[in-house]
Amino acid sequence: MAARVRRLSRFNIVSLTLGLVFLYLPIVILVVFSFNASRLVTVWGGWSLRWYRELFNDSAMIEAAWMSLRVAATSASIATLLGTLAAVALSRGEGFKGRTLFSGMLYAPLVMPEVITGLSLLLLFVAINAERGFWTVTIAHTTLTMCFVAVVVQSRLGSLDKSLEEAAMDLGCSPPRAFLAVTRPLIVPAIVAGWMLAFTLSLDDLVIASFTTGPGAATLPIRIYSEVRLGVKPEINAICTLVIALIAVVIIVASLVAKLSSVKGESAAPL
Amino acid sequence: MSARNIFTRPARLAAIAPYLWMVLFFLVPFGFVLKISLSQTVIAQPPYAPVFDFSAGWTALKAAFGALSLDNFRLLVSDDLYVLSYARSLVVALASTAMLLLIGYPIAYGMARLPRRWQPVAMMLVIVPFWTSFLIRIYAWINILQHDGLLNRVLLALHVVSQPVVWLSTDSAMYLGIVYSYLPFMILPLYATLAKMEPALEEAGADLGASPFEVFWLVTFPLSLPGVGAGVLLCFIPIVGEFVIPDLLAGSDSLMIGQTLWLEFFTNKDWPVASAVAVVLLAVLLLPLLVYDRLQRRQLEEAR
Amino acid sequence: MVAAAELAPPTGAFEPGKAVEPPLLRIEGVAKNFGSFRAVNGVSLDIRAGEFFALLGPSGCGKTTLLRMLAGFETPDEGRILLDGRDIARVLPHERPVNMMFQNYALFPHLNVRDNIAFGLKRARMSRAEIAVRVAEMMALVKLEGLEKRKPDQLSGGQRQRVALARSLARRPKLLLLDEPLAALDKKLRESTQIELMEVQRRLGMTFIIVTHDQEEAMTVANRIGVMDAGRLDQVATPRELYEAPNSRWIAEFVGDINLFQGEVTSRVQSDLTIATREAGTLTASEPHSAISKTMVFLAVRPEKIKLSRHGPAADGEGSAINRLGGVVTDVSYLGGTTTYKVKLDSGVVIRSSMANTTRLDKDSHGPGQRVVAWFTPDDCVVLEQ
Repeated sequence: MAARVRRLSRFNIVSLTLGLVFLYLPIVILVVFSFNASRLVTVWGGWSLRWYRELFNDSAMIEAAWMSLRVAATSASIATLLGTLAAVALSRGEGFKGRTLFSGMLYAPLVMPEVITGLSLLLLFVAINAERGFWTVTIAHTTLTMCFVAVVVQSRLGSLDKSLEEAAMDLGCSPPRAFLAVTRPLIVPAIVAGWMLAFTLSLDDLVIASFTTGPGAATLPIRIYSEVRLGVKPEINAICTLVIALIAVVIIVASLVAKLSSVKGESAAPL
Repeated sequence: MSARNIFTRPARLAAIAPYLWMVLFFLVPFGFVLKISLSQTVIAQPPYAPVFDFSAGWTALKAAFGALSLDNFRLLVSDDLYVLSYARSLVVALASTAMLLLIGYPIAYGMARLPRRWQPVAMMLVIVPFWTSFLIRIYAWINILQHDGLLNRVLLALHVVSQPVVWLSTDSAMYLGIVYSYLPFMILPLYATLAKMEPALEEAGADLGASPFEVFWLVTFPLSLPGVGAGVLLCFIPIVGEFVIPDLLAGSDSLMIGQTLWLEFFTNKDWPVASAVAVVLLAVLLLPLLVYDRLQRRQLEEAR
Repeated sequence: MVAAAELAPPTGAFEPGKAVEPPLLRIEGVAKNFGSFRAVNGVSLDIRAGEFFALLGPSGCGKTTLLRMLAGFETPDEGRILLDGRDIARVLPHERPVNMMFQNYALFPHLNVRDNIAFGLKRARMSRAEIAVRVAEMMALVKLEGLEKRKPDQLSGGQRQRVALARSLARRPKLLLLDEPLAALDKKLRESTQIELMEVQRRLGMTFIIVTHDQEEAMTVANRIGVMDAGRLDQVATPRELYEAPNSRWIAEFVGDINLFQGEVTSRVQSDLTIATREAGTLTASEPHSAISKTMVFLAVRPEKIKLSRHGPAADGEGSAINRLGGVVTDVSYLGGTTTYKVKLDSGVVIRSSMANTTRLDKDSHGPGQRVVAWFTPDDCVVLEQ
């Protein structure tokens, strides 16, 4: 296709640069000020790790972070399993009964306002008398994030050359074997990207978690939210920076895994 | 029957678990929302009078149907608070989607015109902020926008203003937050369609005498409409129900519907009214949701 | 010159029409529908062991569908496919002793060259040592030694094509199917690869079926060609027979270039037909097939069978039967080995003549505007029913 170099106008460069500055500047400022020695959030008082020390003494915050990490890891793993199965069913299952409903249920949560998803899940949990806490939040997050996993994996499956599976069968693989020997290694990067996405979405969610959690089981965003409502505190900058760092590490590790298990030149598109 | 269908059976089996999961945790809960939106508020735990008691048998069930009440919905129509909330949500969503399109299009266009090898990098750069927490990014803006925040300091230092401007708790701050948070959702689908476009088409337009603007308006833009549609819906629908951004950045004198729902639920403990709000919100969003579903399906299944 | 019956090739690996042993592959009345579209419409065909057979046809003619039914990726709606006497129409692809070389090669991008070639051997549960030997053998066969560790995206188009060939040959299938195997290569490489394909086939003594839309390619590589159109197998013949004795107007025009004159048979003396044409007056054709029963026919002549000269051939003994058409050269295209002339006949019809450039200096060439006689012998005519 487009092997030739496209003309990049000055307008293109300016809009790209401004766009990226807009996206990154607030985050950079936040990270820098987390190392501020001053109590005043906006006055630079020199470099310091003071707020990180205070953070580690804030047991409620640490507890919430631990809860969030457990929820994110558990729900991302279940969501990856279910979402991958759903993607396989959608892209290889041809037409089956209830397929339209199935794909509708998978695509709708991607845009569904979180207040609706959160409220409806809570009402379900109340109706079945489930004890609210770790598992209800995990189930809620799994429901949301498996849809993202399904979309990521499905688009990868769709872009695969169908003749690869045929070639594998031609060379003696039964259909399930052909899928495992050829298709599975090729979609691993997408599955890894899906897990990553599910993990960060879960770590990030405030609204659904607020609805579905119970007393004494606050997640990190719930904790941050209640602090933020009371005003800006340098300590929040510190925890936010840590979350950003964690996500950066997850992204880097995951893309390394994806790179190792994938083919050169085929990057895992995270979305 | 082709041999492709050999895959079909195991693939269909793969659907069972996610299918059941989604029915149980996505579809069924809406039933509960609907049910509770039709029941009466009581001060209890949970704070609503049960509509159905399945253990009570058929006659009780029939009686229960008789007791269904549309009171909550009548309240939504009669009380200005709700009507205004819905109206404000739609206005905010429309306005901010328009802004997102105006800002996101040039960025996506610039990305699509980058040299091939830089495009994945640019895409990564757009996606990464999306991976970092939504709440944290809003918080980052609070840092900047607050009374003695960085923005006011810079403006004061440059003598643009003589005294600090109130940024926080204004609609401007809210729009800024929405645009900031949803920008990747607008850019990515736009970029996807623009990058797929054959550059020869634009060259042919220019060759046939169209000015750069005409090339854009008559060739590029019409061809990017599927991406525009996807981006618009991907932003518009969730923004209508947005809670966090207006709650943290906008003033409290007028509420978006997500805030109203939150208020009814957490503060007033009026679950039936909160459910009714959700039902109406869902009804309002049904059409865009259906259009979005079609777009999404076509996009994912065209690749097959 | 030659009659169709004499067009059979000199003795080779097989001879059509001499049913000595049962065919390796017998396709019987095979049909395939996609919805209401009949992709393959009642095809029957025998292919003998050791044959290099080409399925030739325009895109959408059903040739690839037929090939995919042989590989097992499609199941015929009607008919049988017998391989060594066993009906394999419903056997799954991985259980057939048939391998396929895919159009886009379908090399596994996550596996290196060696693992791609060994893929099918591992499925066949060969021992490690056997696999190593076979892979080395295949690498040598396609001249890829030293590239074992490369991934497909580190190979050139020609190298990928060789890996795909080696991979599909490694299991020593009874039948190798090739789906447009050279379509992705440029012209020069394609020509040399055609020769290599023939050598490989001859050396291994395997049976190849190739699908192609390129008639030159089909004629170069194949012993026999089946021409398909709209789901039907229209003619099965050797390349020479197909070119010199096409059995329909469609094939005559699809394979190579041809001049057609529409006319009516006015008399018939043994094999000599006299045909009254609108475009070129009365012509004589020698048609040994007595099959022509209708009187409305097409008389077809290949451009290279039409000679041009200023005065026509010297009238010798058989000269009386030679067809002569007067006209004016309107266009000359010099193509290196040959020159193609367009001649506008007195009737206004334009015909094409192609002459070999056997000498460097163009003593014999005719320029535009030159008045010439275009002539051809009755033997060089093909008579086709309308």
